[in-house]
Amino acid sequence: MPADSREKILRRIREALQTPAPARHLHGAAASASESHPPQDWLPPVPADLAGRIAIFEKNSADLKTVVHRCADPAPVLAEIAAAEGWKSVATHDFAAGRSAVAALGLPTLRTDQPYDKLDLEKCDAGISGCECLVAQTGGILVTSPTAGGRALSVLPPHHIVIASESQIVADLAEAFAHVRQSHGTIPAFLSFITGPSRTGDIERILVLGAHGPKKLTVILTP
Amino acid sequence: MKISLFIPCFVDQFYPGAGIGMVKVLEKLGHEVDYPESQTCCGQPAFNSGLWGEARDVADTMLDAFRDAEVVVGVSGSCGAMMRVFYPELYHGRPREAEAKALAAKTHEFSSFLVNVLKVGDIGAEFPAKATFHDGCHGLRELGIKREPRELLKHVRGLELIEMKEAETCCGFGGTFAVKFPEISTAMGEVKCASILETGADLVISNDSSCLMQIQGLLDRQGRPIRSMHLAEVLAHSLS
Amino acid sequence: MSTVEARQFHRDAERLTHDLRHRGLIQKALGGYYVKRDEQKSRYTNWQAARAAAAAAKFEAVNHLDKYLVELTDKLAARGTKIFWAADGAEAADYISGVAKAADVRRIIKSKTMTGEEIHLGPALEKAGYEVVESDLGEFIVQLREEPPYHIVFPSMHLTRDEISDVFEKKLGTAPADTPEELTMIARGVMRKKYCEADMGISGANFAVAETGHISITENEGNARLSTTLPKILVTIVGIEKVVPKLDDLAVLLPMLATAGAGQNMTCYNTLLGGPRQPGETDGPEEYHVVLLDNRRTTLLADPEQRDALHCIRCGACLNVCPIFKNVGGHSYGTTYQGPIGSVITPHLRGLQNWKHLSFASSLCGACTEACPVKIDLHHHLLQNRRNATVQKTAWWEKPVFGGFAWFMRRPALYRFAAPLLRLADPFIHAIRGKPFDPARLWTGTRDLPRAPKQSFKEYWNARR
Repeated sequence: MPADSREKILRRIREALQTPAPARHLHGAAASASESHPPQDWLPPVPADLAGRIAIFEKNSADLKTVVHRCADPAPVLAEIAAAEGWKSVATHDFAAGRSAVAALGLPTLRTDQPYDKLDLEKCDAGISGCECLVAQTGGILVTSPTAGGRALSVLPPHHIVIASESQIVADLAEAFAHVRQSHGTIPAFLSFITGPSRTGDIERILVLGAHGPKKLTVILTP
Repeated sequence: MKISLFIPCFVDQFYPGAGIGMVKVLEKLGHEVDYPESQTCCGQPAFNSGLWGEARDVADTMLDAFRDAEVVVGVSGSCGAMMRVFYPELYHGRPREAEAKALAAKTHEFSSFLVNVLKVGDIGAEFPAKATFHDGCHGLRELGIKREPRELLKHVRGLELIEMKEAETCCGFGGTFAVKFPEISTAMGEVKCASILETGADLVISNDSSCLMQIQGLLDRQGRPIRSMHLAEVLAHSLS
Repeated sequence: MSTVEARQFHRDAERLTHDLRHRGLIQKALGGYYVKRDEQKSRYTNWQAARAAAAAAKFEAVNHLDKYLVELTDKLAARGTKIFWAADGAEAADYISGVAKAADVRRIIKSKTMTGEEIHLGPALEKAGYEVVESDLGEFIVQLREEPPYHIVFPSMHLTRDEISDVFEKKLGTAPADTPEELTMIARGVMRKKYCEADMGISGANFAVAETGHISITENEGNARLSTTLPKILVTIVGIEKVVPKLDDLAVLLPMLATAGAGQNMTCYNTLLGGPRQPGETDGPEEYHVVLLDNRRTTLLADPEQRDALHCIRCGACLNVCPIFKNVGGHSYGTTYQGPIGSVITPHLRGLQNWKHLSFASSLCGACTEACPVKIDLHHHLLQNRRNATVQKTAWWEKPVFGGFAWFMRRPALYRFAAPLLRLADPFIHAIRGKPFDPARLWTGTRDLPRAPKQSFKEYWNARR
């Protein structure tokens, strides 16, 4: 491998920054705004109470075409979807909230938290995973490797099912980051905010779901 | 209040009606109007062409003309923005910087002066027409004028104001741009004219005569029977 | 003397401004965007404060770029990522080719990277013998058509479904399709094999978080997630200005990128990559390389007046509101970055004299500056480019014309005397308007001139007194 230009680029940067940029490029108050106000002061508002957060998560999900099922037991809901779509095999990882519901399907099951072949995963009808948390403000789902069966399970099969509990709902991205820091002590090497099923508007700016990732995204939300 | 009028060169030569309208309105409101006759051009053509030295040469004339003015009111949003926003930049680090900043601070665009400084909305004007309003970009974005002309037009008796689609989209004039890139400028103007036609209005009003030169020039070429008038002319129309 | 680039721009712009089909297509595509953008913006408690915060985060990063790049690369390297600093496109492409060669790579799957476009990475790798497939649908379409992206965010927005169906038929041998859905599913089918077969993935980056050492990638389709997960080797190419200080900066920047860029609440996938497959992970790339690219960004950095142009998050909002862009189209620019941001930065990245015409091709309406989520003073930078270009070099006619203009306007007495004489020419000018010998034909070719009034304002004022 050739030697890189690290020192050359850093030297150029330091020389360039000798002359400070005039603050007028910020048109006034910008520099102080981030320091003195938390993001909650400008981003879309999120209610403080759980019921309000669930409501806004559901509303955002509906806008995104994510299907949300609220139920005490995920097993019958999952079984119903499996029957309706005629699943022949599923992929999952071992997680408490979904363990028995997946087992109850009685379908051939690929585990992605153990060494697996990506070609086998590609053939599965659904990926069933847990998640790190749900984001009320955006209707998003934050997945990490340990909480969602690795990096591919939530994106390769055509239907991604997330089983989560209401207590996993956070207000916004900042709260999601804080949650991850707290539960892992660090930020893992892979995180992804999933906000609705895969989509594209590249042809005549008309929305089509399922461009490359899942065509469907379902959240089964338990109390 | 003694008000010094800023009548840019092309208004002086092509659209005196806008300036005259401004005189009538301000006098009706009981103000003394002055017109420093040594004013010519704000220097914008040279400034926008990148020749800031030549622009300063011209702008010097304006600094001289308005040196003793208490308050300067301009009939064009674009030329007003030149003095109010760009003079401080043009003179940044130059000997006359303080003078440029002083002139910038006391310069106002006509509609903004009426509404924000004189606190006037209804000047008792009457003008029966179905009209639409075009926001000149410099007035809109450099000076932040959007509400003011509408506030004034709202009180004009007999005038029905219909907002056009994408009212904030540029008409394509852009000073020397209009002749450096006539094909792009014309296409932009055609889009603007289509929005105007869609409203069914028989009159286009603006606070910038330069935009109206572009819009009327295209409408005339297309053979459309739509008139254009500066806001000041509309307001002054029924005043004797 | 106009340059090749300027002549090409004039020619293509002239052709497209007359193309009413093109105008209608772009208006329709962007009409939907305006509605969705305004809907999303209205959800913000305070959009202007959000812009200020986003600008402040980028200002901090760009003005301490050395510090944050060192922090970023140290953190990335700590999780096993290999870092390469490339001074220019050739260094970046050589390094990536070298990585591919060392690992015996044959097939490469690329997700969208404008930085990759900037250095012509795809063609360079194809020339080196690798199969390179663009996985983003729009990029895939323009790759099949052998043309550059039309827009930094919407690469194929200039095409109709019929044109896309045609190129699929010709290049993929598929049956004609009538709907965007069918066409998307054709691409999906082709691409899923490619993801699994590829030995190397290449991605771009939207942000790079110094604090935690993560590359942040924003996308809607899932192609970037697949390209960065399935192949055993992954390379991310990232411009040095993409760094942000803190992870929490993304809490503002990610939603704003989505809203400004595509009128979305959040883009579908926002992925943070901090390294290759870690102990305990069962998937993800075994090798991860991050290539940091300068390619004259430091030249722009050295201009404090325009340094804020490096705040750009490539959302495309300035293109979407630009009346010039909407009429001349993305390809006319002849640049990697189209629209206002392209007109501002291309002269810095590729030479002022060859690209200054883009700064002049603007009515300075300021819609771009108003739309920019990170508050880049775009239209004023166009003015500064014009000034810098003329200070460096003026055309033969400019000094006499504007010098003469200044000389005349500095003489109020002369102006008072001479200006009315110009009006005497009025009947003559109207008689010859638009004719080949009309000196005002650049105006009168398409527009009428106002008739001169009987009396100028100065004359009115004198008469009144």
